[in-house]
Amino acid sequence: MSELSSQKIPVTVLTGYLGAGKTTLLNRILSENHGKKYAVIVNEFGEIGIDNDLIIGADEEVFEMNNGCVCCTVRGDLVRIMDGLMKRKGKFDAIIVETTGLADPAPVAQTFFVDEDVQKNARLDAVVTVADAKWLSDRLKDAPEAKNQIAFADVIVLNKTDLVSKPELAEVEARIRGINPYAKLHRTERCKVALADVLERGAFDLDRILEIEPEFLDAGDDHHHHDHDHHHGHDHHHDHGHSHGGLKHYHDEDMQSLSLRSDKPLDPTLFMPWLQNLVATEGQKILRSKGILAFTDDDDRYVFQGVHMMLEGDHQRKWKEGEPRESRVVFIGRELPEKAIRDGFEACIVA
Amino acid sequence: MTQFDPGERPSIASLTDQVRRLAIGVPATAVHFLGDTAVFVGAEENAALVNQAGEVSTVAIHGGAILCMASDSKRIVTGGDDGKVVALNAKGETSVLATDAKRRWIDNVALHPDGAVAWSAAKTAFVRSGKGEEKNFDAPSTVGGLAFAPKGLRVAIAHYNGVTLWFPNMAAKPEFLEWAGSHLAVTFSPDNKFLVTAMHEPALHGWRLADNRHMRMSGYPGRVRSMSWSTGGKGLATSGADTVIIWPFTSKDGPMGKEPAMLAPLQARVSMVACHPKQDIMAAGYSDGTVLIIRLEDGAEILVRRNGSAAVSALAWNAKGTLLAFGTEDGDAGMLEF
Repeated sequence: MSELSSQKIPVTVLTGYLGAGKTTLLNRILSENHGKKYAVIVNEFGEIGIDNDLIIGADEEVFEMNNGCVCCTVRGDLVRIMDGLMKRKGKFDAIIVETTGLADPAPVAQTFFVDEDVQKNARLDAVVTVADAKWLSDRLKDAPEAKNQIAFADVIVLNKTDLVSKPELAEVEARIRGINPYAKLHRTERCKVALADVLERGAFDLDRILEIEPEFLDAGDDHHHHDHDHHHGHDHHHDHGHSHGGLKHYHDEDMQSLSLRSDKPLDPTLFMPWLQNLVATEGQKILRSKGILAFTDDDDRYVFQGVHMMLEGDHQRKWKEGEPRESRVVFIGRELPEKAIRDGFEACIVA
Repeated sequence: MTQFDPGERPSIASLTDQVRRLAIGVPATAVHFLGDTAVFVGAEENAALVNQAGEVSTVAIHGGAILCMASDSKRIVTGGDDGKVVALNAKGETSVLATDAKRRWIDNVALHPDGAVAWSAAKTAFVRSGKGEEKNFDAPSTVGGLAFAPKGLRVAIAHYNGVTLWFPNMAAKPEFLEWAGSHLAVTFSPDNKFLVTAMHEPALHGWRLADNRHMRMSGYPGRVRSMSWSTGGKGLATSGADTVIIWPFTSKDGPMGKEPAMLAPLQARVSMVACHPKQDIMAAGYSDGTVLIIRLEDGAEILVRRNGSAAVSALAWNAKGTLLAFGTEDGDAGMLEF
C-alpha cells in the first residue's frame, strides 16, 4: 500500500488568512534550490515572481456532490486541473494548491477522497496553514475562515513572529493550541522554514499515522518561558485562559479538539458502526478525525483518518512486543457533542 | 463466443492476428480518422499520423498538454494548456485557430459540419463561424463540455448545475436546462431531439428538448468518459461499467422507463466506445487493454486485442467503416482493416 501511494503525486494544500504570508512561502518553495519541480495551482496569477510554465490559475469552484452527503463538497476546478496535469506526468515531482485567504480547506481535501481519477493519480500530503502572529488572535475572533484553517492544519507556519513581543507570541500560540493541539507548529519570520517541515509530510498517509499526541505538551520546550504572565480569561470573547508556568491553555468555545483513549481493547463490531454513524450524523461539525485502534483478538494496529463525513482506515502493522495496546482517537471540530462522543466511545470498550 | 460476419471475411471469433501493430511511440488520448489516415493524439505536444501503408509521421501541435480534441473527418481541432486552439489536416499541416489572450488552458473544443468551431477557456465559451465571425459567452461556472447541435448554429455548454443552450447568431436569451451537479461531456442526439451530459458523478443526465423533460441514467460504477451514438442515433453506447451500456433512443420518450442494453461483460471496465458509422456494430475498449467488436443486435463479440496491458484510451472507425484504430495508455496502438 505504501509502495502504491508513493507512486502517486503528493499534493500540499497551502492555506492561510489574507496577508499571512502564503505567497512568501510559495515563492520560497519555488526559488529554493531543492532540485524538485512543482506544479502550482494558484488563485491569483502575477503574485508569483517566478517563471514556471506549471503555474496554473484556478477559479476555486466549490461543487456539491449529488451523493446524499450534505457536507460533501469538492473543488470542481481542481478535478479538471488535475486531469490536465496528469497528461504532463513526469514533468513535475509534486503539486502545491494555494487557496484564497477566505477559503475553507475541506473541499480541497475532500476532492482527494471523492474523485476516482484524482485519487488514482495523486495523494494529499498535508494541509499547511500560514498564520500571522500579529493578527491571528483578532482573526480567530472575527473570521470563521481563519479558525477553520487552523483547525484543519497538519502544519502551521506561525509567521511574522518578529512583529510581536514574547507574551503576544505565547498568547497566539495558546489560542492556536486551544483549537488544534495536534498540528506541527513552526515559528517563522518571512516564512523562513525548512522546506522539509512543510513538504512531503505524509500527514494523510495511514502508514505514517504513528503518534497522535498533542504537540503543545512540548511546544514550549525550546524557550522555557520566563515571562510568567497570567491571563485571567476576562476578555470579551468568552474564552477562558489560564496558565501553568508560562504555558497558557485556552478553550475555544466554538472550535475544539476532543481526545479519547482506552487501554482496554475495543470491539470492532461496535466501534466501526459507531464511528461511521458518528461521522454520518455529526460530520458537518467534525473537521478532522484520526485514530489508532486496538481491537479485540487482533494483533494488528488499525488506523483511520477522516475529513468531515469521509473516512478511510486500514490495518497498519502488528503491535510490537511490549508496546501498550492502547486506542487513541482524536476529533477536531466545531461544537462537538462531547458527552455523546465520550459515551459512544466508552460503549465500544470491551470490559 | 458467438460469431458474426463483418463483410466478405469468413466468420471468425478472433481477429487479433489481422491487427497491424503501429509504433506511434507515445500514449494516445484519442484517435480520429481524416479520410484513411489515422491520427493519434498524444497526451502532450504531438500527434502521430498513420497512413494506410502503416507509415507513422509525428507532428508537433502544442507546447504542452493536449487537453481536448474534436474532428469533423476533414480536420482535427485540439486545445492545449499552451492556450492555443490548433487545427491539423490529413497532410499533417497545422494552423493556429486561436490563442487565448491570458494563455488560459483550452478545456473544450467542438466542431460543426459547416466549418464553425467552438472552444472554451475557464467560464468563457467562444464560437467562430465558418465565415470567421467570432462571438463569446460567459457561463455561470467553468465550462465542462461543448457540443454543436446537428442543425443550425446552436451550442450546448455544460457547466455546474446544468447546460446552457446558446444561439450565437441570435439576440435571444440563451436557454438554461437545470440539473444539480457538475456536467462534463455533452452530446446532442443525431436527430436533434435529445441532449445528454456525462456528469462528474457516475451518471448521465438527459433532456428531451421538445419539453425539457428530464432523463436520469445512473447505475454506473465509474464516471462515463466515452459516449458514442449508434448508427441512425438509435442508441447511445457508453463506458463506465464492466459491460457496454447502450441506452435506447428509438422512441419519443428516449430511454425513459426502459432498461439499457448491457453487452460484452468482462472482468474489466469499459474505457472507450466507438459505434460503427454505418452498421449496427460497435467497438469497445476496456481497462485491461481488451478491444472487442460487438454486434448490437445480440451482443455477439469478436476479439480484436487481448487483455494484459494498460487501458484502451483511443478508439475510432473511419467514416466508411472499413478501418478501426485503437491506442492504449501505455503507448501501444493498432489498426484493423475490413
